[in-house]
Amino acid sequence: MALPPPDPQFVLRGTSAAVHTLHFSCGGPEPDIPLLFSGSENGFIHVWNLKTHRVDTALDGHGRKSVCYVETMGGKDRLLSQGRDQRICLWDLAEGRTSVTDSVFTEHVGFCRCSLLKVAQGRWLMAMAARSLEEVQILELPSKTSVCTLKPEVGAKLGMPMCLKLWQLNCGSQPMLLAGYEDGSVVLWNVSMGKALSQLICHQEPVMSLDFDSEKAKGISGSSEKVLSIWSLNEQQNLQVYKTHELINAGISDITIRPDKKILATAGWDHRIRIFGWKKLKPLAVLDYHTATIHCVSFSDHGNPRERLLAAGSKDQRISVWSIYAQT
Amino acid sequence: VCFIPGGLDCSISFVSHVLGKVCVQGRQKEILGVLVPRLTDLTKSDCIWQRICWRLVECVPDRWMEAVILGFVQRAPGADVLSRLLGNLVVKNKKAQFVVTQKMLLLQYGHTTEVLQNLLGYLSLESLRRTLLLRVLQELLETWSSISAVKHSPAEQQLYISKAILICLSHLKESEIESCRQELLTSMMEGVKCHLDSSLPQLRHLGMVVAESISLKINTEGPVLKFEYEEDDEIRELKSLLVQTPPFCVVPSLPDDDRSEKAGAALPLVPEGNEKPHTAAPVMPDEESDAELDSDDDLIPYDMSEDKELKIRAPVYIRDCIEVLAGSRSEDVDKWEATVKALESLVRKNPAATREVSVELAKILLHLEEKTCIEGFVELRQRAQVAVLTTDPIPVAKYLTSQFYSLNYSLRQRMDILDVLVLAAQELSCPKFHGKTKHSGAQKPCIQLLRGSDSSKDWRRIVDERIKSKTQRFDMGQSRVELASHPNKFNSVAGHFFFPLIQHFDRPLTTFDLLGEDHLVLGRLVHTLAILMYLAVNTVAVTAMGKALLEFVWALRFHTDSYVRQGLLSCISSLLLSVPTERILADMTEELLETQSWLGDVLEKDPDGDCRRLALQNLLLMENLKKKLEAIPS
Repeated sequence: MALPPPDPQFVLRGTSAAVHTLHFSCGGPEPDIPLLFSGSENGFIHVWNLKTHRVDTALDGHGRKSVCYVETMGGKDRLLSQGRDQRICLWDLAEGRTSVTDSVFTEHVGFCRCSLLKVAQGRWLMAMAARSLEEVQILELPSKTSVCTLKPEVGAKLGMPMCLKLWQLNCGSQPMLLAGYEDGSVVLWNVSMGKALSQLICHQEPVMSLDFDSEKAKGISGSSEKVLSIWSLNEQQNLQVYKTHELINAGISDITIRPDKKILATAGWDHRIRIFGWKKLKPLAVLDYHTATIHCVSFSDHGNPRERLLAAGSKDQRISVWSIYAQT
Repeated sequence: VCFIPGGLDCSISFVSHVLGKVCVQGRQKEILGVLVPRLTDLTKSDCIWQRICWRLVECVPDRWMEAVILGFVQRAPGADVLSRLLGNLVVKNKKAQFVVTQKMLLLQYGHTTEVLQNLLGYLSLESLRRTLLLRVLQELLETWSSISAVKHSPAEQQLYISKAILICLSHLKESEIESCRQELLTSMMEGVKCHLDSSLPQLRHLGMVVAESISLKINTEGPVLKFEYEEDDEIRELKSLLVQTPPFCVVPSLPDDDRSEKAGAALPLVPEGNEKPHTAAPVMPDEESDAELDSDDDLIPYDMSEDKELKIRAPVYIRDCIEVLAGSRSEDVDKWEATVKALESLVRKNPAATREVSVELAKILLHLEEKTCIEGFVELRQRAQVAVLTTDPIPVAKYLTSQFYSLNYSLRQRMDILDVLVLAAQELSCPKFHGKTKHSGAQKPCIQLLRGSDSSKDWRRIVDERIKSKTQRFDMGQSRVELASHPNKFNSVAGHFFFPLIQHFDRPLTTFDLLGEDHLVLGRLVHTLAILMYLAVNTVAVTAMGKALLEFVWALRFHTDSYVRQGLLSCISSLLLSVPTERILADMTEELLETQSWLGDVLEKDPDGDCRRLALQNLLLMENLKKKLEAIPS
């Protein structure tokens, strides 16, 4: 007899706006407090203290325009946030400061979240949608120099880039970018050469979100339709469809694979979080707590596996935090 | 073989005379049937014979020239042959020029497309004649763009002129188009305006096709005019005329081509990339043989039986529906959608509750605009309106008819009111329409009833049905009894539907003038009245309605719009079918006699074919009436 799905371990309230992005920062050594960063539609970034379940700091850097992405850059003292005010801000949060040290003007008016990849100590690559409709720009941070611009072929009609993921097989190999586009295709780009290596049409509708497991060379993408598409990368760097999974309700906003590559979570428009096994995409759980569409899901980076958490942010302005399959 | 010019002249002119006389007597077919093929062969390569042929036609006396030219143009197998046979006759002979450039194109319209092709091709083949071609095009365009021509000339003539214009356009060279680009543009603008103003869909389509073709020719780069319309055989034929096999290979583009964006599989950017079509067959994974045994098995799934499809629940009470639809909260669009979809069935299931709020609901529905993109929104709204109207006919009809004549409604809304009234009347008077009729998702479901291009067929069928129903009534026994009780529903309200609509038609408002610009709505109003009249058979008010309708028709009988006239004639048909014979004869004799003479006029002189057909039908119905009267022993 299967157990009923668990309840959230706790729920964070107080953003007073829909939550669009979440990022955990719990990997620090013991005296450090585990934190959760959340970006909301009212332009605020809240730093949640996961011990007290309260907001420690609220950062206001996007002119009250919705924040669509937050990520830490090497520790909780440096934060990157992207907002719909067409800016990407770099924050310095050390020692209680809350200042924006630098910003990049993206001129992008869409909803595409940028993607960060650490390539060397103190150096990151960031992929972001650029001003021109179909292009993706790669910048090096913190120098903000442009590495390349990835332009699809003329007449390719991919539409806007919807979601991006920078990855490299291991430190020192060539960085690659997986981009999901408005026409439902996923394209693999080689960043150093600035060329596209492979393209796969995964969905009939725009690709809303994707995630990739570089060890197994397998990725998953979700769209506004009822299908999850799992694809793989073969030795010739070609994308192939591996499997598809049909959902009960249409619409996926976010997909994320847990760092240990055992399970993945999807954020659904039907207010539910679904957990699948990554190996064979076996449905494991449906977490039904929220009362409006869920915008983002995120796994924590706790050092101790038993403490691992999953957080989901929703339009109903709440962040639910779950402890699920933490024992394995 | 050489001929002596002197001797040649005499004999040729004699032959011309004979040819002319035979043709004018009506024997073109016989003589040209022999002459033309022979001449075609002879003139193929021999220019002496060509010249002989030219002399032949040139010597035909003027009074017989028309018949000869007509015969040649109709008989010649192609424009080049015609060119060989006639030479520059049109340039040299005034009568020939008149026949070819004016009479056959502007004054006659019975010739086939091949004849047109021959004629205009002939004009285009020689530079001397090309000036005539340009002149012809200008005159055709003048006719095409004149308002009075569009309004008063028959549809067949307009089709003919459109074909001629398209063929001319196909023959024009770039330089010629350059020189008359400005005039082409001006005529196109004027012409397309008059055509789009017309109430008949066929004329509108003609205007659209020709305007598109002209625009294509004068703007070879840059945006081209494109209209949206459904293609039928006539339009396809028209468009094919724009293509000529020698130099012009311009194919006019079809308007619905742009919807193929989804299909386009984008090519892989590197040749060896292979792409599989979306989500179809999964490539079979061979993971079973993997060394790492499913550590997934450690993960035990939770109970997922609660995971069901997400349904947005629609409100269950009418008043809740009103709140959702009238509320300005833009947030709950899902609920709004669900309400719109569920409204009709709710109204039908709760008649008592609906009656309490019927007018309010009608008001909300009349002003309801599409908030999100629902499929079939227009139909859903219309069905809800019909449901409300049939549940509480009198107050809602009062409201709707008063709104029809109020300020600040769009034409679309006024026509919606008429459609709803008709559908509700149908439902009230004839129960088998209730709920079972499958409106096939077309935006205007009752256009079929109102605007069938073979309306005569419809009416014949209806007349037959009516006669059949009258004779079978006593045979069918019990099932008929059930049917007989239903017309009562419309009986009590027929007047409420009908009279308010007919009352104010001659009072113009600032935004709505039935007798002026808004003749399209007038046409629809007249057709609506015809249907209401037809459905009012066996009601108490039918005689009063008949009288009022006769007066209305009489006032409008000379209206210039043929769609309105068709509607007026349908009104007369309905009247004759619905009002009992005794009442017609008792109360409306003089009016009927006047109507009969008017119908005779229409039958002879009306330019529109459908009007003439309907007039004939009405006269036949009147004859039937008379016969029936004579059959009844008094």
